[in-house]
Amino acid sequence: MTLFLRLLFRNRLAGFGAVVLGAIVVLAVLTPVLPLHPPNATDTANRFLRPLSEGHWLGTDHLGRDLLSRLLWGTRLSLAVGFAAAVIAAVLGAAIGIVAGYAGGRTDNVTMRGVDMLMAFPYILLALAIVAVLGPGLMNALIAVAVVNIPFFARNIRGVTVSLAHREFVDAARLSGLGHIRILTTEVLPNVVPVIVIAMSTTIGWMILETAGLSFLGLGSQPPQADLGSMLGEARGALITAPHTSVVPGVMILLIVMSINLLGDGVRDALDPRLRSGALARPMPATLVDRPAPPPPTGDGLLRIEGLRTDFRMGKRTGRAVGGVDLALAPGECVGLIGESGSGKSVTALSVMGLVPSPPGVISGGAVRLRGEDLVGAPYARLRALRGNKVAYIFQDPLSTLHPLYTIGEQLAEAIRVHHPVSRADAHARAVQLLDDVRIPNAARRAGAFPHELSGGMRQRVGIAMALANDPDIIIADEPTTALDVTVQAQVLRLLDDLRRSRGLAIVFITHDFGVVAQLCDRVAVMYAGRIVEEGPTEAILAAPAHPYTARLIACVPELGGGRRRLEAIPGLPPAVDALPPGCAFAPRCDRARDACRAGEIALEGATRRVRCLFPVAPPEAAR
Amino acid sequence: MGGYILRRLVSAVPVLIGITVIVFVIMALIPGDPATAILGSYATPENVERLNRHLGLDRPLWQQYFVWVGNLLQGDFGRSFALNRPVLDEILDRFGATLVLAGTAFVLCSVVGIVAGTVSAARQYGFADKAITAAVILGISVPSFFLGMMMILLFAVHLRWLPVSGMYSMFGGGDLADLARHLAMPAIALSLVATGVVARLTRGAMLEVLRQDFIRTARAKGVGEGRVIWAHALRAAMVSVIPVLGIQAGFVLSGAVYIEIVFQWPGVGRMLVDAILRRDILLVQGGVVFIAACYVGFNIVVDVAQAWLDPRIKT
Repeated sequence: MTLFLRLLFRNRLAGFGAVVLGAIVVLAVLTPVLPLHPPNATDTANRFLRPLSEGHWLGTDHLGRDLLSRLLWGTRLSLAVGFAAAVIAAVLGAAIGIVAGYAGGRTDNVTMRGVDMLMAFPYILLALAIVAVLGPGLMNALIAVAVVNIPFFARNIRGVTVSLAHREFVDAARLSGLGHIRILTTEVLPNVVPVIVIAMSTTIGWMILETAGLSFLGLGSQPPQADLGSMLGEARGALITAPHTSVVPGVMILLIVMSINLLGDGVRDALDPRLRSGALARPMPATLVDRPAPPPPTGDGLLRIEGLRTDFRMGKRTGRAVGGVDLALAPGECVGLIGESGSGKSVTALSVMGLVPSPPGVISGGAVRLRGEDLVGAPYARLRALRGNKVAYIFQDPLSTLHPLYTIGEQLAEAIRVHHPVSRADAHARAVQLLDDVRIPNAARRAGAFPHELSGGMRQRVGIAMALANDPDIIIADEPTTALDVTVQAQVLRLLDDLRRSRGLAIVFITHDFGVVAQLCDRVAVMYAGRIVEEGPTEAILAAPAHPYTARLIACVPELGGGRRRLEAIPGLPPAVDALPPGCAFAPRCDRARDACRAGEIALEGATRRVRCLFPVAPPEAAR
Repeated sequence: MGGYILRRLVSAVPVLIGITVIVFVIMALIPGDPATAILGSYATPENVERLNRHLGLDRPLWQQYFVWVGNLLQGDFGRSFALNRPVLDEILDRFGATLVLAGTAFVLCSVVGIVAGTVSAARQYGFADKAITAAVILGISVPSFFLGMMMILLFAVHLRWLPVSGMYSMFGGGDLADLARHLAMPAIALSLVATGVVARLTRGAMLEVLRQDFIRTARAKGVGEGRVIWAHALRAAMVSVIPVLGIQAGFVLSGAVYIEIVFQWPGVGRMLVDAILRRDILLVQGGVVFIAACYVGFNIVVDVAQAWLDPRIKT
């Protein structure tokens, strides 16, 4: 609760709303004891006095009545009516919703159909119909506005109740023999009340506005009694000659409704955990770069990642997702990047083309050189020109990575057209050809399909086809087979391998599966806690892993026909990226760790085989 | 698609029946005797009884309902006693004006709301976002009738840019430009709240969508940021915006009541309020059913648009 209030008031707008609303409510409550003119005392000699007239701070209206007094009495009335309407709508709506949601079945169906019928009317129309029947009057306007808002509460509360009705604690209460009434009042209601309060906080402003509206039309409060709406309605006749009589009540309605809305937004935001963590920030077109200076080039080649550092900056906390990665890729080579979830392999790959979501991602050091050109900090236009053109990505889970509302043909054609000025028809023909290349049967017809109409394996082939669209030099494949079953996985891997050989592609293949690496990759780099801990030719590493982590990782792979070897899980968890230990990050989970491992930086040493370990399992020299 | 439209049309039938039932029940609750209301309190009991029989009010309620609905289907909405003309004629005479006003306001709130919301999301926490967010808060809090009055003061009285009220100039004019000048203020005043709602919702939906994986895919393909925002993200965001546009249509259609009063626009809304104040029940009844039916029809259009946009809905 204190957290809630703190969050609420950290939101300055909500705080402002609370203060304004509080002041208005206090004034409205104190109105009877304030030294005011009687609100209905007419004085036709002093009609339409301007604001700041003597004795009348806000002037007088068309009957010479004191505006300040009428404003405060009117505010009092409007607040009371709006609040009453909100309470009535909330109580009745919640009652309907709880009963329908708890009872379920037929009761639920019939009730909610009725509620839907009420919602089929445009909002104010039903209120007008009700007032038409009951006759003009403030009480009738209140009833009309309340009735019109019942469906909103009924629907919301029903939804919450349905989800509660099947929860364990309700089942438990039922099994222990409690009656329905007891269950509803002791188990369901307490959990529903917060939802009711939030729904009220977001709608009470509307209800004040609507009752004011009905009064404005002359269908609400009747003279001489006046709420803010009827004050405005009466003043309309003198809008041009005495505008202040309109402005005064109008501004008050605006202030009330706005402060309620601000407060309501604040309440909602403070209760929404996603906004709390700031996770709703949108990613920018390219990852932010904040690095001291690019390191000098260490060599040439197709792609060189040099000392790359990528942080996640969340408020005051900084997580080091990638902490100085060096990796080189030669033309036509396939390098595997392997590690557990959260080891930084995906972030490394996304950093290459500035695709790490920012915020919170920031590239804080190092360089990524594509044929010698540094891409870190390159202008967005340059990155965009290279993306998908020279360096293409294949992502995991193509159901979420393909756009759900475009056909796959459109998505493929777009990939071509953003880089090549070809006609729509040519792009489409090429798209069909690409689908054929990745062995999708019936390519011409499938091009018109939407992603949800294809199987997982097909979608992944589409992802591959999209990466091939512009004949890139490099494909970065981020766990492209993880979401697939084993036979489809094998097909997709074979396809990638064929394409690589026929087109001379260089591939960075990210995975957590050593089995896949063994099939496809010339070299492999093992990542742990944002760093490469071992790197070298695939066969050599598989035969004799040097780093204890690599050894444990390989031991996790089941071997077909390998007998009943015990698969060894690695005990413990990787360290949190914002609390990395000094020295070797694997030390806490390593059975070979000694004090020296925790003392300080350990370098990645070696030539063709490199390892970051003081006490390797198999000395890398042995493999040289 | 054709099948979907047909199914959607069929599913509107029970809703329309429900609407007539609700309106009928509400109207049947009227205290007092319509015949007495028509004839005045000095009418003789015989005359009251004769009129009741003539109007069919001596039959059981359910029979009255079916007679009423039967007449509605034949285009007979009854007769307004105050205006002494058929209800439907009066409604149709005025509905055009309301349609022009509400239609313009609806287009305004959709276009301006979606554009503002998208810009706001694309520039999250930037100046444009803050300005739009502030405008939205103000927009959804100001009563449309008050806004309309203030616009009259500023643009018609002080600046003399636009006419105070009415739909056409009383003398001369009457062309499209004249209509546009008369329409500007009422349409903007009517659309403002809906615009705020749409903008706010679009912003939220866009922020949600921009975090999705398929946006990253578009960027990885090299799609430019403009296209990422205005094509890829907005298209996906529209899936959650379109249903709200349907709700806003109802809001604009019925909110026209206030605006028609403030700007003396010769539409159905003003007719309804006048009828309520005169206790011209048949006119109210007919007007409410008519507008509600239009709204149901428009919601079918909205659903079809949604199905056209989102291929996952069909089947």
